[in-house]
Order: sequence, then structure tokens, then C-alpha cells
Amino acid sequence: MELSILLSPGLILFLLFVLGPIAVGIYYSLYNWDGYGPVTDFVGLKNYTFAFKSDEFVTAILHTLLLTGLALVLQGPLALGTALLLNRKFFGRGFMRLVIFAPYVLPPAVTAVMWSLLLQPDGFVDQVLRAVGLGGEVQFWLANQHVVLYTNFVVLTWQYLGFGIVLLLAGLQGIPVELKEAAAIDGANAWEITRRIVLPLLGPTMRIWVFITVIGSLQVFDIIWLMTQGGPAGASDSMATYMYRTGFQNQAFGYGTAVSIIMFVFCLAFCLAYQRFALRRDTAGALTRAVV
Amino acid sequence: MPATYLVSIVILGITIVPLLFVFLDGASSNQQLGSNSIGLPHPWVWSNYGSILTTAPFWQFLGNSALIAVVATTLAVVLGSMAAFALSRYDFRGREFYYTLFITGLLFPIVIAALPLFALLQDLGLLDSWLGVALPEAAFALPITMLILRPFMRAIPGDLEDAALVDGAGRLRFFVQILIPLCKPALVTVSLLAFVTSWNQFLLPLLVFTTQSNFTLPVGVSVYQSTYSSNTALILAFTMLAAAPALAVFVFAERYLVAGAAGAVKG
Repeated sequence: MELSILLSPGLILFLLFVLGPIAVGIYYSLYNWDGYGPVTDFVGLKNYTFAFKSDEFVTAILHTLLLTGLALVLQGPLALGTALLLNRKFFGRGFMRLVIFAPYVLPPAVTAVMWSLLLQPDGFVDQVLRAVGLGGEVQFWLANQHVVLYTNFVVLTWQYLGFGIVLLLAGLQGIPVELKEAAAIDGANAWEITRRIVLPLLGPTMRIWVFITVIGSLQVFDIIWLMTQGGPAGASDSMATYMYRTGFQNQAFGYGTAVSIIMFVFCLAFCLAYQRFALRRDTAGALTRAVV
Repeated sequence: MPATYLVSIVILGITIVPLLFVFLDGASSNQQLGSNSIGLPHPWVWSNYGSILTTAPFWQFLGNSALIAVVATTLAVVLGSMAAFALSRYDFRGREFYYTLFITGLLFPIVIAALPLFALLQDLGLLDSWLGVALPEAAFALPITMLILRPFMRAIPGDLEDAALVDGAGRLRFFVQILIPLCKPALVTVSLLAFVTSWNQFLLPLLVFTTQSNFTLPVGVSVYQSTYSSNTALILAFTMLAAAPALAVFVFAERYLVAGAAGAVKG
């Protein structure tokens, strides 16, 4: 009795608003439905086959995977390098940590509106480039089909890099100083200490960062939607912007839910694979161990 | 050492300079921005900030955001700590199943659930209502709340509970009067995580709200941008003011948020 009073309210809220919609979403995804009125037009798996035959959606998937890959390959080493450099006592360290983390707490919508203004033609960014003699590099950052996805990536990096740095810094500070001192006494140089002691011990933190970054990248929406709405002509579409445009704006609600289920399968597949190949050996992998 | 300072200065530049110029350009005239947005405002035009702060929309958006974030956070933390207590200090069949169920929620970001969630809120009559945003946000904050609170509550020695029971306190009284105060650091962290997540949420209020006076700040910013698209300075000023509360709170809350990030690592 006591137990159910404690457990049920949270459980009901969770089942109703988190698991419920996902389960019902699978059902909707089998129908042709505009989001209003009765759900009657059963189409089986047609929404799914249509999605994978649609060039637009396949492009959106590739963009999402590209953004995810870029985040891992570029933001990862950048965050790690910065964290290693900042992980020592120096004047103003607390302030630096504050500054680095600041963009992460801004609402992504605010970041997106701010950067779309700074990036508009002849705006702040263009004027800075001209002032430092890089005027030849000026582009239509948000309108050039070949550039726009990378522009979005840079803004995403501006917002999220600090999170990686601060996370890794926290991990670095959890490494006992004694280990490094002992190695130094045994004659190891700074590089060897970093390579043989610090990086291996930072492994769990790095793997959590990878996990959070991939799950976040697979569902990226706010910044891309507000800067370019996935345009021009789908050149910066992610899976989530495509889902919102088709499912909600164009009222192909059943189809949009099929797209969200596909997104979910991507997340799930990543989690299972990651658990199997990367997190299994972490004692600190409680997060995904519990999930999978 | 020089490398540390060099990197610090580069990061400082990349992070602070854009924000600084959003502020400065928000106090400039549009004529100036067209030709020179990298200098100081000349003349200073405070009327952009003034007109935003003296008209209703900004304060409405701010109030709506605050109401929703407070309700979502309170619900998530109260219900989350009750459930975490049940799942950490009671022995019963299915305990691990329920915990795993909650943690599975980490795999369902709001973006993925958004469309069916919209249909559900429509059926419940919660569209265009602040509850329609606050309730799902609270629900989606539960997994991370449980993930941080349960190990924390488990780590508190059982002797303490036995002592309370011997002294005649019931388990609920132990929970409210002893366990909750002991969990304060973890509670602060999960509250902040829930609050910031709600404050920053964009897609859900975008789907739910149709009446402008109900908008939250993130949705309001985007609407403001499309409404005044030709008045760059005014939108920049609005963006700056919209960023201000998050930055202000952050200065005080930084160490708890970092602790939260580190806590997620330790699991």
C-alpha cells in the first residue's frame, strides 16, 4: 500500500506521456492519417517503404549521420585536447570553466536566432571576415546548398562543445593525483603519463560523451529548424526537421510518426551496438547497462 | 603554461565575442548594422531594449516559461524522489523491472515522441494549455532523475533507517525527515537538470501552443524573428534579453550542473 502510493504517481505519469506515445506511435505509423478525426485508413508498412524510397528522407538520414560523424571526429578530439590543457591549476580556471560551459545553457532556439542574424549576408560574420582579409571566403552561409549543412554544424559545435569539455574535465579531476605522481617518480614523462594513465582512466567518461553526443545528434532539430528549416531545398534537413515538416506542417501525421519510429530504431540500434562493443567493460556503464 | 593561456583566450573569443556583439548590435541602429556591426554602437540606441522591456510579449513569454519550468521541475522531483525511494529502499518483486522501465526512457527523447504526444494531448484536451507542456516535460525528466537519485538513496546506510524505525518513526517519516534532507545535493542537481531542460524545450511548446500569449520564451524568440524580420537590431536585442535569464541562473548553478554531468558518468 505504502509502496504503491510512492511508486504509482511517477509510474503513471511516465507510462502515460513517455511510453504510451511511443507505443501508440507504432500504431499510427501503419495508417494514412492527418492527425485529426478517426484513424481508419490502414496502409500497413507503406509509410515505411515510402520513407526509404523518398530521396528527401534518405538525404535527411545521410545528413544526420554526417553531422553525428563530424561531431565525433571533430568535437571529440577538440574537447579532449582542450580539457587536457585546462586540467591544471592556473589563474582564472574557474572563470574559464564558466565561460566554456555558458553556450550549453542557452536555449538552442536563442542560439539559432542569434546565429542566423550574425550569419545573414553582409552581417556580423561577413564583416569580421572582410576586416581580417578573408573577404574572399564570404558565402551565403545559410542559402548556399553546398555550405549550409556545415554552417549548421559549426553553430551546433558552438553550442555543445563546452559540454564535452566540462564533462571531460570532471572526469580528469576524478583521476587520483597519486597515480600520476607514482608514474613520474618511475621516470615517465608528461606524454607517457597522459597516454598510459590519464587517457585509459578517462575511458568511461569519453564513452559516456560519445553516447550522449550520438543520441543528441540523431535527433537534432531546434537549431537547424530555426536557422534554415532544413533548406534550401532540403540541403540541411535532418531526420527530425523532415519529420516535423512532413508529419506536422504537411499533416501527413501517420507518415511523420513512421519517420519518428525509424529515428527511434536508429537510437536503439546504436544503443544496443554500443552496449555490446564499447560499454560492456565499463563498470561505470550503469546508464546503458540498465537500459539494455 | 603559455599553451593553456593561448587556448583560454581563443575559447574566450569564440564564446564571448558573439554574445557581446549580439548585445552591442542590439543597441545599434539598423543603418549602422548594414555597414558596420563590428564597431561600438554609434549612436547608442537603447530604445530597442526599452521597447521590449516595456511591452507585454517579452514578460508574457518569460512568465509562461517560468510557470511551466517550475511545475515540470516540481512534479519530476517530487514524484521522482518518491519512486526512487520505493525502488531503492523497499524489497519487492519486480523492483529491478520498474527501475529498468524508467531508465529505458533515456532512449525516448521528446523529439521522437513528439507527434504521437501531440495526438495524445489533443485527446486529453490539453492543447494550447501550459499543462500540456509541463506534464510531458515532467514525465520525460523522470528517467534522468531516477538514474541520479536511486544510487544516491541506496548509498545511505541502512543503520540510519533501522535507528529511525527503532525510535518509532514510520518509513514515510524516515523518507521525509531524514532521507530527503540527506539527498539535498542530488536533489539540487536533478532539479536544475529538469529546470534547464524545460526552459530550453522548443519542439513541444511549438506543437502545443497556438495562441501567442501562451508561448514560452524559445517559441517567442522564433516568432519575434519572423514578425520583425526586417528589424535586425530589435531581434538581436530581444535575443539578448531572452538569453539573459539562462545566463544569470547559470552563473549561480554552474557547479551543480557540472556535478550532474559528473554524476551521470559515475552512474
